[in-house]
Amino acid sequence: MRKTYKLFIGGAFPRSESGRTYLVDGDNVALASRKDARDAVTAARKAQPKWAAATAYNRGQVLYRVAEMLEARRAEFAAVGVPAAEVDAAVDRWVWYAGWSDKITQVHGSANPVAGPYFNISAPEPTGVVAVVAPASFLGLVSVVAPAIVTGNTVVVLAGAPQAAITLAEVLATSDVPGGVVNLLTGDPAETAPWLASHDDVNGLDLTGVSDTALATELERTAAGSLKRVRRPAGTEIDFFADPGVKAMTAFLEIKTVWHTKGF
Amino acid sequence: MTVTTPAGLDLRSLLHGLPGVDKVGLESRAAALGTRSVKTTAKAAAIDLAIRMVDLTTLEGADTPGKVQALAAKALRPDPADASCPPVAAVCVYPAMVPPAAEVLAGSGVHLASVATAFPSGQAPLDVKLADTRDAVAAGADEIDMVISRGEFLAGHYDKVFEEIVAVKEACGAAHLKVILETGELGTYDNVRRASWLAMLAGADFIKTSTGKVPLAATLPVTLVMLEAVRDFRAKTGRQVGVKPAGGIRTTKDAVKYLVMIHETAGDDWLDPDWFRFGASSLLNDLLMQRTKLTTGHYAGPDYFTLD
Amino acid sequence: MFEYAPAPESRSVVDIAGSYGLFIDGSFRESAAGSFKTVNPATEEVLAEVASAGVEEIDLAVAAARRAFGPWSALPGSERAKYLFRIARIIQERSRELAVLESLDNGKPIKESRDVDLPLVAAHFFHYAGWADKLKYAGFGADPRPLGVAAQVIPWNFPLLMLAWKVAPALATGNTVVLKPAETTPLSALFFADICRQADLPPGVVNIVTGAGDTGRALVEHPGVDKVAFTGSTEVGRQIARSVAGTRKRLTLELGGKAANIVFDDAPIDQAVEGIVNGIFFNQGHVCCAGSRLLVQESIRDELLESLKRRMATLRVGDPLDKNTDIGAINSAEQLDRIRTLADAGSAEGAERWSPPCELPGQGFWFAPTIFTGVTQAHRIAREEIFGPVLSVLTFRTPAEAIEKANNTPYGLSAGIWSDKGSLILAVADQLRAGVVWANTFNKFDPASPFGGYKESGYGREGGRHGLEAYLA
Repeated sequence: MRKTYKLFIGGAFPRSESGRTYLVDGDNVALASRKDARDAVTAARKAQPKWAAATAYNRGQVLYRVAEMLEARRAEFAAVGVPAAEVDAAVDRWVWYAGWSDKITQVHGSANPVAGPYFNISAPEPTGVVAVVAPASFLGLVSVVAPAIVTGNTVVVLAGAPQAAITLAEVLATSDVPGGVVNLLTGDPAETAPWLASHDDVNGLDLTGVSDTALATELERTAAGSLKRVRRPAGTEIDFFADPGVKAMTAFLEIKTVWHTKGF
Repeated sequence: MTVTTPAGLDLRSLLHGLPGVDKVGLESRAAALGTRSVKTTAKAAAIDLAIRMVDLTTLEGADTPGKVQALAAKALRPDPADASCPPVAAVCVYPAMVPPAAEVLAGSGVHLASVATAFPSGQAPLDVKLADTRDAVAAGADEIDMVISRGEFLAGHYDKVFEEIVAVKEACGAAHLKVILETGELGTYDNVRRASWLAMLAGADFIKTSTGKVPLAATLPVTLVMLEAVRDFRAKTGRQVGVKPAGGIRTTKDAVKYLVMIHETAGDDWLDPDWFRFGASSLLNDLLMQRTKLTTGHYAGPDYFTLD
Repeated sequence: MFEYAPAPESRSVVDIAGSYGLFIDGSFRESAAGSFKTVNPATEEVLAEVASAGVEEIDLAVAAARRAFGPWSALPGSERAKYLFRIARIIQERSRELAVLESLDNGKPIKESRDVDLPLVAAHFFHYAGWADKLKYAGFGADPRPLGVAAQVIPWNFPLLMLAWKVAPALATGNTVVLKPAETTPLSALFFADICRQADLPPGVVNIVTGAGDTGRALVEHPGVDKVAFTGSTEVGRQIARSVAGTRKRLTLELGGKAANIVFDDAPIDQAVEGIVNGIFFNQGHVCCAGSRLLVQESIRDELLESLKRRMATLRVGDPLDKNTDIGAINSAEQLDRIRTLADAGSAEGAERWSPPCELPGQGFWFAPTIFTGVTQAHRIAREEIFGPVLSVLTFRTPAEAIEKANNTPYGLSAGIWSDKGSLILAVADQLRAGVVWANTFNKFDPASPFGGYKESGYGREGGRHGLEAYLA
């Protein structure tokens, strides 16, 4: 039976408020509007403080649970054309990032030996709400979403390949990911991305999935309006099977340095 | 502020309710004040004021009536070669040395301070401390420098320390009471602030840092805490209490830093020998040498000033 | 009763030339694009005539840096380190000259240029010198590579210190530099050019181009540049971010702030007062991380304000070269106008304005230390960066309200917390959206301590291990 692929906002699966759909491989897919993008940002913002305040252990477990559910639904991804090897790699990728939840702070933070009687440490914190233009590859999608959320960000994702993305949303909805942590919009990124790039309540913009150079430049320029952190598209084809390193995480982390006097 | 029932619990609530002291901020403020540059006319005025604030002190087992009388003579006229040099504030001696000092100082306006209350340890029964105090006053001392029981204070027996100060104050009669906190043994700046308030609430006329008999004597930060305490105490109660750093202040440069600190924290009301004293011995000669340098234009040498 | 006599530092310790050229490829040269004057803001006296770099000169500087990049980046880290150590040493040896020069050109009190700026400048070079041969251990990969030519544009509030923050990590990582100091404070950077020569730094590794906004724009937009680092206003930062969009230039921005300095009722009050004063009056308030919004718990508001006013009455405003001066001159007529405009807006919007009695010099640019009480979040003086000695006082009742008010700004550079309660401090520090949080202290800096903003205060960090990242591929 053919199903309608709806949007994923705040943990629910609404139709586009515009009522628009478009056809992908014969499936009806919601065509997100700027108002959907706005609603997704609202949901992401609402979820963000609590998600960031969850313990790293808890976030790690939630991400690991996503990997388990993904594994369990392998067939559904095959049904929308995702190669088995890519699903396997995506499962591994979720597991990999799940484990980072309680390690990135140590790896990316520091105790600073300042020249004075001060306790001084630096630790990374999530940037906030990150808008992501995802690559079409399913592994690519996982490789931009997981690193953003594992550290406590929430995301609004403009999907590259809608059926796989919404199938992932169904995985997320049946895992323990709190509503609003991941919001997925399907449709035309060229239509919705500018609204996210200019949205003052979005803190970061990941352009990994933008292949149109002119659009990428325009989005980056727009994002400068509120000084969003921008992850630019890779210049060349990305091999998502390669070791992703930590940069996908650190791109949306802020270093906070805390000083305190020492003395009695 | 009214403290009518100095029972331990109430006193504790009050003392522990005082704002905390952050060591780093306190010490950097004191250091910053120490970088003020005081030159020319300002320096000359500061030196004369510092001389007038000196409690010229000798507290040695080897003190003799002759030595104390020589010191008292110096207190009256610190620089025999220069009549414009003011006298110091007081001479400070052991109780046994009060009578010979009184012979020289009587009627001069220079005060005679005696340490009392089993100085420097404070480890004696209360009746002995009170007798010590009464004897010193009877012999002619008009200022008494008592020590608090640090042991009782650190044990949290604030009421005992309070009552002891009240009793000594009563034994002083008309003599002014300086309460030595022995800050070098109090361990924290928070304790310095609490001990300051405790002493003031019990009736101290002055609060004093140190006996000079333990390694850690007066410092700028400790004195800063005490100056803040007297400032705040006057704001709350209307009663002004004096401050006396003692021990370790040896140079004019040091003394001027204290004056700067008074000026910029407690305020100019304390820039007066009635409200601020230096407990010192060798400081006076350095002040005199600097004074000579300013008046004559050349550097002075220690051989030209008496050692005691 | 107790007046300090004037205690001026001698200005004769430093030689200022009548005119300065651009420092390109190891030597000074004239500019075809004209020149401008730099003045002493305390007296309005012209200090020197300085060349203004045009597009042509920027081309030359970038080309020189490009030529130098190959050999410089190929040097073993230990060799680059030696140059940086040498520079640090020369700065220490010449710190008196530099301190006087900085106070003359900037207007800041000599005690700050002498005791804060210069020691931090030397320490910064010393810190990054030590990194040059240890980059593979810094956590940015086994073989981290430099980016190339770094275009660096710095502000006028800490001219030499901001230069050090930019130049030291860039050189340590093997990049070469074209740096533009601010138009009103070019002299210490030009003096630094001379130090580079004294340290035998290869020509082209550091190039100093002076000029105003157009010079800066030409530099950051130059296609030969691989990296842009900017410290300055959020508005200019936005323009730069737009201009590098779509390029491969890496960008770090350290921009404005409107920091909350939060004082809880259990604070060490005397130190908190010092921290408030240091937070907003240090460097005339020309500090991006200045504690310009005092959030005081309502239960101690009156008491704290009384102490603050008493303390402010002891601030000495005047000759920057006098060792007893606490507050020097406002850096420029333009900045003075901005401060006046915002302060007037504060009064017009109904906040209550107070300054201690203080006599301001007749010549030069001056603004008395000022506080506004009765300020609400909606007032312009609570939202806009004033960049002057003006404090807005707001109150709060609960920690949650303090956090909410502190975060209610597009900026996120710094914040202060004053309390004796450890758990409160840690919880509040966690929830403040700011890159630097000072607890029971304020405006402390150290080369080992990363510095930089959240939100519209910019991105990237300067200082410590984190500061290397901006200059490594």
